[in-house]
Amino acid sequence: MRFSVAPAAVVLCLCCGIAAWAQSPTYGVGKTPTPQQIRAADITINPDGSNLPAGKGTAKEGAAIFAQKCVACHGENGYDGLAPMLIKPPAGFKSSTPCLSPCIGPGTVMALHAPYATVMWDFINRAMPFTQEGTLKPDEVYALTAFLLYRNGVIKEDEALDQNTLPEVKMPNHDGAAIPDWKPGMARPFPNKH
Amino acid sequence: MDSQKKPTLKQGTDSKKSSRRKFLATGAAAAALGAVNTATAQPSAALGAVQTKSGQAATPETKSLAELVAYGERSQYVKSVRVPVDERPSPDEFGLTFHVLTPLLDRLGIITPSSLHFIGTHRGSITPNIDPKEHKLLIHGMVDRPLEFSMDDLRHFPSVSRVHFIKCLGNHSKAEGKTVQETHGLTSCSEWTGVLLSTLLKECGVQKGASWVVSEGAEEVKGAGSIRLAKAMDDCIVAYGQNGEAIRPQQGFPLRLVVPGFEGMYNTKWLRRTKVVDRYYMTYNDYGHISKDEEVAALTFQWGPKSVITFPSGGQKLPGPGVYQLAGLAWSGGGVVKRVEVSADGGQTWKDAEIRGMVHPKAHTRFGMDWKWDGRECVLQSRCTDELGQVQPSRAELAAFFKVQPDYYKTHGVQGSDNTIQPWRVASDGSVHNAI
Repeated sequence: MRFSVAPAAVVLCLCCGIAAWAQSPTYGVGKTPTPQQIRAADITINPDGSNLPAGKGTAKEGAAIFAQKCVACHGENGYDGLAPMLIKPPAGFKSSTPCLSPCIGPGTVMALHAPYATVMWDFINRAMPFTQEGTLKPDEVYALTAFLLYRNGVIKEDEALDQNTLPEVKMPNHDGAAIPDWKPGMARPFPNKH
Repeated sequence: MDSQKKPTLKQGTDSKKSSRRKFLATGAAAAALGAVNTATAQPSAALGAVQTKSGQAATPETKSLAELVAYGERSQYVKSVRVPVDERPSPDEFGLTFHVLTPLLDRLGIITPSSLHFIGTHRGSITPNIDPKEHKLLIHGMVDRPLEFSMDDLRHFPSVSRVHFIKCLGNHSKAEGKTVQETHGLTSCSEWTGVLLSTLLKECGVQKGASWVVSEGAEEVKGAGSIRLAKAMDDCIVAYGQNGEAIRPQQGFPLRLVVPGFEGMYNTKWLRRTKVVDRYYMTYNDYGHISKDEEVAALTFQWGPKSVITFPSGGQKLPGPGVYQLAGLAWSGGGVVKRVEVSADGGQTWKDAEIRGMVHPKAHTRFGMDWKWDGRECVLQSRCTDELGQVQPSRAELAAFFKVQPDYYKTHGVQGSDNTIQPWRVASDGSVHNAI
């Protein structure tokens, strides 16, 4: 009797176990954040713009903010400071400061190199200005993004950016990435076997 | 610049210094003898007059023994130190730490001492001073149950301890690099202890359609990087331990993501948030590491097999002909190092080196061999083969692959991640030089 029941019980337990693994937590630790807490913490902007905050800004507004909060490091013209270049310099411009490594020079200016305008918004929002990171208001971030895009010839001066128009901006380098696949145990395509 | 952020770290050193000064003022010798008597099990050793066989007097250490008992320091005769990458002083004009090179040539095993682990930061940063009691890791996005974990919560999960190297994409060997510290100093290897990221992601329940994971640090620039979900579910570690103790602040205290075998940038330090998403977000840090060229792009993410001879290496000098212990390190993002070969004739003939020491997947692996130098100029180099059968290429082989001139990489950087063979030229006077 015992022997006949046991296999069935084992099978039943295994089924329950698998079902439980997929649907419920195993260790039951950690706190469940509220949707508001997640919203506040989530500064990782989806390239589709779906989690951009409300706000609006123009290149003109951005120019004023740039003059106030950015020129100390990035230079009056956005290409003549110690910090990475933000505006592509005119041809023949020779920087008086060495290009800091990683070198953000004329070829890799964020507005020209980033694949999505949302990436610029995301980075300015999370990481600028130096020593006061995370203090810019959404309107200011939209305005600074608009200013840098305008000064690099990506958008027009009067184009206002907001959570709907920003993801629509077609970046010069929008197709600039070949994205390699990755799987466990995958070799690189250049293993010259001897 | 705001000076409020730096002092937090400085304070520790300052208070140490002041206690040292105080200690010296009260009479170092007497106090030292006292401390030895009470704090060590060898009172007689402290009473001076201990002689080594060569007759050298074993005088007590000059540092406060109370300090040395609490947390040991290396001998004053060991001078091995890190140096900042030459292009950018560290700290730089803004007080930020960028990349700092580990003294690879001094390694006596596969583990890099935590104090000497190379430093790489997301575009420069200030090392944050984080109270682990306040630190949380939030996992959210495409999961059934978003969860926030305290450091204590994380201890409730089964942990792993694994030895892995971390290596920066910037570890490009250039012709100007004089020493192996300058050419290869952005790789280090530690035993990492923590929870597998897959364990935490399963606890949260990853939803169908998820394909990428974006992780973010708590430093002032909140550096973020993306990895494929397949990697996140494979072998990544949410690590709180490094070499048997808490991770050092410069390495991400109290929590860092370890992404074994991948470029260093993905190993997010000061990890505070991981978002599960359905596309490649290409964050500010990501897009600097990606390429339009499919062949170059395919050489990113995971490191290929690589090795380097650390003795003899650039800047060293052999006293004369004789038998030496050639030594070096090998590693691969593809798994275990299976074989290391050494050539002493510029790559014409190769001989198997011995694997000396422990072998772990995606970890530094020691190799060595008896090597007889006859006093004539020669070029030494090593090449590594991993468990996937991948073989470390020479620069000429890479040039053939990318269809450029064979000597192209004498003057140009290697595209993507550089795992090419490093040649060292031993001159007839015994001096060793970079032979790229």
